[in-house]
Amino acid sequence: MTIGSLSGDLATSRAAAGRSQRRRLGRFLIIGSTAAFILLILAQVLQAAGVAQFGFPNWRPTLYGYVTWGVLLAIGQIMARGEAGWRALFILPAGMFVAAFAIFPTFAGLLIAMTDWNLSSSTGPRFNGLDNLIELFQDRFYWNALGNMVIYVLMVAVEYAIAFGLALLLNAEIRARKLWRVAFLIPLMLSPVAVSWMVGKSMLETRFGPIARFAKSVGWQSPTFFADPWIARLSIEAMDAWVSIPFMMILLLAGLQALPKEVSEAAKVDGATGWQGFWQITFPLMLPVSITAIILRIIFKLKLADIVINVTSGGPGGATDTVSSFIYREYRDRSNVGYGTMLAMFYLVLIIVFITALLNLFNKRMQRMS
Amino acid sequence: MTATLLTRSEADLAAARQRETKRFFGKVGIYGLLGLWAVISLFPVFWTLTTSMKVAKDVQRGAIVPFIDFQPSWLGWKSLGLSPETIGQVSTVRDEFLKRFFNSVAVSVSASLLAVLIGALAAYGLSRFTYKFLWMRNKDISFFFLSQLILPPVVLALPFLVLYRELALLDNLVGLTLLYTLTVLPIVVWIMKDQFDTIPFELDEAAAVDGLGSWGTFFRIIVPMSLPGMVAAFILALILCWNEYFFAALLTSTNATTLPVMVASQTGSQGINWWAMAALATAAIGPLVVIGIFLERYIIKGLTAGSVKG
Repeated sequence: MTIGSLSGDLATSRAAAGRSQRRRLGRFLIIGSTAAFILLILAQVLQAAGVAQFGFPNWRPTLYGYVTWGVLLAIGQIMARGEAGWRALFILPAGMFVAAFAIFPTFAGLLIAMTDWNLSSSTGPRFNGLDNLIELFQDRFYWNALGNMVIYVLMVAVEYAIAFGLALLLNAEIRARKLWRVAFLIPLMLSPVAVSWMVGKSMLETRFGPIARFAKSVGWQSPTFFADPWIARLSIEAMDAWVSIPFMMILLLAGLQALPKEVSEAAKVDGATGWQGFWQITFPLMLPVSITAIILRIIFKLKLADIVINVTSGGPGGATDTVSSFIYREYRDRSNVGYGTMLAMFYLVLIIVFITALLNLFNKRMQRMS
Repeated sequence: MTATLLTRSEADLAAARQRETKRFFGKVGIYGLLGLWAVISLFPVFWTLTTSMKVAKDVQRGAIVPFIDFQPSWLGWKSLGLSPETIGQVSTVRDEFLKRFFNSVAVSVSASLLAVLIGALAAYGLSRFTYKFLWMRNKDISFFFLSQLILPPVVLALPFLVLYRELALLDNLVGLTLLYTLTVLPIVVWIMKDQFDTIPFELDEAAAVDGLGSWGTFFRIIVPMSLPGMVAAFILALILCWNEYFFAALLTSTNATTLPVMVASQTGSQGINWWAMAALATAAIGPLVVIGIFLERYIIKGLTAGSVKG
C-alpha cells in the first residue's frame, strides 16, 4: 500500500462518482424532456377539444416540441450511457423521423378512415365506425381499379422478358457498350408527368402523333389509343414499361456480369446451343437476381398513378384506373378524406399480404432448389 | 483417298463458312436489336426537343427531321420567354417557370441531402453496432426502415393533407421536403448499408485503437471511403424527388408548386400549344437527361446496390 496507489484509488472513485452523477443527470434529462413533451401534447389536445385556451395558432408547437425532445433525448442518451449512447445516436434521427412521418400518419390514417370526413363540408369529422369499409365492398369502381392492378402487375412478366433480353444484348460482345447502356437508361430518368405529355398526349395523338401516323401507314385505319378499354390499358402499360424497363435491365445486367466466366464457357464446350445454354445454365443462375428485380418492380408498379392521372384520368369508363389514381380523384373531385383513406388503408393491407406471400413463395422455391 | 480428303476439307470449309455467316448474321441481329431499342428509348426525347422548335404547320404535317422536314424556329421557347430574342425581356411565363424550376431544385436537393445524412447515419449504425429497442433487434430495425418502401404514396397522402393543414405546412416547401425525405429514405438506407458492409470492420477497430470514438471513425474514416455510395444514393434520391408528382399535386397549390405540377396543369387545359408544351417538357426533363448521361456510373451503382452478391 503506497500513497501513490491510494491517491489513484481516490481519483477513480471520484471519477466514478462524477460518472454516476452524469448518468443520473442524463436519465433525468430523458425522463424530464419526455414528460415536458407529453405535457405540451396534452395542452394542445385540450385546446383542440376546446377545454382550455393556451393561444396556440396551430399544431406547429408540437412539431417544434418533437424536434426539441429529440435533441434532448440524444444528449440524455450520451450522458446516461456514454459510448452506447453515442452509438444509439446513429439511428435515432432516422428512427424518430420515420416514426413521426410514416408510423404516426399511418395510424392517424386508421382513425381518419373511420370517419365521414369531407373537407368541403362544413361539419367536421364524425366517427362512423366501419361504414366506410362496408361502402368499400359495394364500390364497383374501387374493385374495378383493383382488377386493373392485377392486370398491370401481371404485365411485369412481359417487362421482365424484355428487360432480360436487353440485358443479354448488352452483355454480348458488342462495341461501345457504355454508350448503348446510357441510351437505354434515359427513359428511367424522365418524370412520369413529362412522359405523359411526350408520349401519351403528343406521340399518341390521333391526328399528328408519329405513332398514330405509323399505325396508319401499316394499315390501322383510324388509330385511337385511349378509346377501347384494352388498347387504353395496354397504352398506359406501354408507357409505364417504357419508363421502368431500364430499371430491371440494369439489375439483370449486373447479375449477368457477376456470373463466373467459366459457366458460359462450359456451356459452349458441351456443345449446347445458345438457347439450350441459356435455359439450362444462365437462367437458373440468374433466378435470385430475377426475383429481386421482379419484386422491386411489383412494389413500384403497385404505386402506379402519375401517368394514369395525367393521360386518361382512369378512362375510358375506368378501364385504366389504378387504385392510387382512383383515390386521388376521390379526394380531388369530392374532398372525401375519410372514405379515401379507408380505400388506401384497405389497399395497404392487400399489398402487405400480397408481398409477404410472394416473398414466402420465392423463399420456399429457392430453398427447395438449393 | 485424295478425293475423300478434298471433300472433307471442303466440307470443313463449308461448315466454317456457315459458322462465319451465322456469326455475321448474329452480329447484325444484335446490333439491329440494339439500334431498335435505342430508337425506342431516345425517340420520345428527340420528338419533344424538335417539337419545341416547330410551328403549327410542321406539327400538323408530322415533320420529324429538322432542317430537312422543317425549319426549326424558336416558337416554343419564345412562349416560355426563353428564346434568344425574349430572354432579355420581361416575361411572366418565364418568371412562373423559373419559380417552379427553383422550387423543384430546392425541394429535391434538400430532401436528398437530408435523406443521405440521416440515412447514412442509420445505415452505418445498423452495419456496425448491435441495437435492441423494445423487442426490435438490428434485423427488425433494418426491416422497419426498408419496409417503408412498400408504403404506397396514396396511403400517406390523405393523412398528410389533414396533418399538414393542422401544422400549417400545406403549400410549403419545407413540408414537401420532409415528405420527400421520407419517400427516399428507405432507398438511401438500402444503398448505404450495402456500401458500409463492404468496408472491412478491421478499419473501425484500428481507428478505435487510435482513440477515435464511433462518430470520429464515421466522419474521418468511413465517410471519405464511402463517398461513391453516398453520391449514388444522392443522385438516385434526386431523380425520384425531381420527378415526384403525386404528393406535390395534392399538397401544394400556389407557392410551393414544383415543375411536374406545372407541366401537368398545362396539359389539362384545352387546345394545347404543342410547341410551348414541348419546350416546357424539354426543360423539365433536360437536367435529368444531362445527369443520366454524365453520372450514369453512379446511377447504376445505386440501382444495383445489394441486389447482386458475387
